[in-house]
Amino acid sequence: MAKVLKRERLVPNIHLLEVEAPEIALKCRPGQFLILMPDERGERIPLTISDWDKEKGSITLVFLVVGTSTHKLSRLKENDEIPVVVGPLGKPSEIDKFGTVLCAGGCFGIASIYPLVRALKEAGNRVITLVDVKARYLLYWEERLKKFSDRFLVSSRDSYFNCKEFIPQVLKEVLEEEKRVDRLISIGCTYLMFVCSETTRPLGIKTVVSLNPIMVDGTGMCGACRVTVGGKTRFACVDGPDFDGHQVEWDELFTRRKSYFEDEIQSLLNWEKKCYP
Amino acid sequence: MAEAKKEMTLELKEGLKAEFEKEWRKQLRKSIPLKERMKIPRQKMPERSAEERVKDFHEVNLGLDEALAREEAKRCLDCVNPQCVLGCPVGIDIPTFIKLIEIGDFPQSIRKLKEKNALPGICGRVCPQETQCEEVCNLKKATGVSVAIGNLERFASDYERTQSKIYIPSLPPSTGKKVAVIGAGPAGLTVAGDLAIKGHRVTIFEALHVAGGVLVYGIPEFRLPKGILESEVDYLKKLGVEFKMNFVVGMTATLDDLRAEGYEAFFIGTGAGLPNFMHIPGENLVGVYSANEYLTRVNLMRAYEFPEYDTPVLRARKAAVIGGGNVAMDSVRTAKRLGAEKATIVYRRSRVEMPARVEEVKHAEEEGIEFHFLTTPIRFIGDERGRVCAMECLRMELGEPDSSGRRRPVPIEGSEFIMEVDMVVVAIGQSPNPLIPRTTPELKVGKWGNIEVNWETMATSREGVYAGGDIVRGGATVILAMGDGRIAANEIDKYLKNK
Repeated sequence: MAKVLKRERLVPNIHLLEVEAPEIALKCRPGQFLILMPDERGERIPLTISDWDKEKGSITLVFLVVGTSTHKLSRLKENDEIPVVVGPLGKPSEIDKFGTVLCAGGCFGIASIYPLVRALKEAGNRVITLVDVKARYLLYWEERLKKFSDRFLVSSRDSYFNCKEFIPQVLKEVLEEEKRVDRLISIGCTYLMFVCSETTRPLGIKTVVSLNPIMVDGTGMCGACRVTVGGKTRFACVDGPDFDGHQVEWDELFTRRKSYFEDEIQSLLNWEKKCYP
Repeated sequence: MAEAKKEMTLELKEGLKAEFEKEWRKQLRKSIPLKERMKIPRQKMPERSAEERVKDFHEVNLGLDEALAREEAKRCLDCVNPQCVLGCPVGIDIPTFIKLIEIGDFPQSIRKLKEKNALPGICGRVCPQETQCEEVCNLKKATGVSVAIGNLERFASDYERTQSKIYIPSLPPSTGKKVAVIGAGPAGLTVAGDLAIKGHRVTIFEALHVAGGVLVYGIPEFRLPKGILESEVDYLKKLGVEFKMNFVVGMTATLDDLRAEGYEAFFIGTGAGLPNFMHIPGENLVGVYSANEYLTRVNLMRAYEFPEYDTPVLRARKAAVIGGGNVAMDSVRTAKRLGAEKATIVYRRSRVEMPARVEEVKHAEEEGIEFHFLTTPIRFIGDERGRVCAMECLRMELGEPDSSGRRRPVPIEGSEFIMEVDMVVVAIGQSPNPLIPRTTPELKVGKWGNIEVNWETMATSREGVYAGGDIVRGGATVILAMGDGRIAANEIDKYLKNK
């Protein structure tokens, strides 16, 4: 059982969850994830670690509310208990002095990329952070990210940002402006990671994506999370979650993520009926 | 892999002899002539009808009642030289526990079993007795039909659980030595039970949220009800074993972190890891599962109760399961129970080479499972949504024996055919879990990622670190894992005493 220390809505549909997990807080590194089960009948779902506090012994997660599990998580209150919080899982992201690194995040990935931005800056890189939001009111953690970013950019369809583009257009411009970008790291929805990879492919810039396939145990036992990378089947939970975005078979990932589309809707309707009879 | 030990240790021999020579045993042997005993037919295990059981996940076998059990126990000839004990990987005193059933002293019978086996309710159900104790039974040599040792073991355990109080042996004073057991599967649970009885402080670290390992995520409810497992886990807790759940050694803390926390000895029983696939086209289509995933969804996450439980699983109309072992049988019978009109085993060798327990194959056949022998898939075909809708197969014939001694299947050229399916479960084994080898320096691993051990002691290349079960063997059985656990526990005890 893990105690909930905080749960708040950051922006519509995106929530922050801070849980007590002292052992995980001591061990975790940027790019790793946890498996959570919101209640005794819940699913085991992976969430990327967005921050941690060793002294307090806590882990912070940020997630988008989509299906039954994330709806359940979004209703937790302080001092509630979650039956399963296990981790840290997956290989940590590679952190080194690469030179100039562009970190691109969207949706929950705006938070997931924060530990990377911080670690890369601390490792002596020039860090450019680019986040994608549909509209101004969906932007969060701006100050946190700015603190460790040499440049901070937003792509958005909101006129407030003086930009009407989705992330690839802005990304292209930045890559042209910057004389040299040594690496791009992208976290967020599958589509965002896909378009970032496609943008850098012709330029030959090393691109790392944090894949988010469906998982069950998350410890290398079940094989649900298999993805094809460079023509080989890999298990995202123990071989990843970071992979070379130019080697990932994106179509397969999109399809596999939709394996239970109808079931997910049925499950959510069933849960809503119970919550709002 | 492990050399089968054909010699009985002196200790075991003397223990058996002491029991054999007890007065009540002599009287009992005299009470019915051997010839009479040999005439008694093997008592049939009562089971639910196939029509009834394919509609639910409740247990197939109902268990012997007292009268049946005592009658079956009479069949045991109480041999001077009981081969069955040699056939048992954990060396249970089989004649004594059976004779105690014959005289109706069920509480003593279960105590006898528990001297060597902390999990009799599980072993009575899932051990491949026909290739172990029952295979070498002297009655089998004489009449062709062995004593139903497994069924009797199950009876004794069920009797204790349902009819009487669970017996907790008196524990010696604590040695204060801390032992970390990694993985709460059959190997780990055995080690924990054995070391707790010897007075050590045992903590089991388990990655999942329920204890049992393959017993909980792999073996279905209809073969091993979760209640049985829970009561055996509960028994270990009463012996003082501490369970630390949702803890992945190698990730949450490394083995060396635990050593720094004061653990003096370790047992690694992390079991099966990454599922094996065939590396043929279409293997990542939606609807192609590894057996591990399919069974984990259904058993551990209870997808058969979806949407009351949140985890979904595909409900197939035409399911095919690739493989011929127990995991394949469990998967195909699960698919049937989840409503498949057609559930088929596709196995590349023939019936006689199938490694599954005879009883599971029999049950599967009764339940209407189809078998395609000498067949192997070469390609999975998807529909426009990326879901599997068919598979192309090839017929095989048996050629020369291979390294396993079984005749090697050889493809028949031009024998390709298409089988319509909407779900495939690949049950062809797994490779050892990589997390501990990856994070434990100087731990020697073999070519396949399995941890290397000295088979006499189950010691690894690191001092004080022992291992057993599938992490060492690759893919084996519950009882072999428990046998490894028994050896390791004895060695760990010696190691701690000499430390």
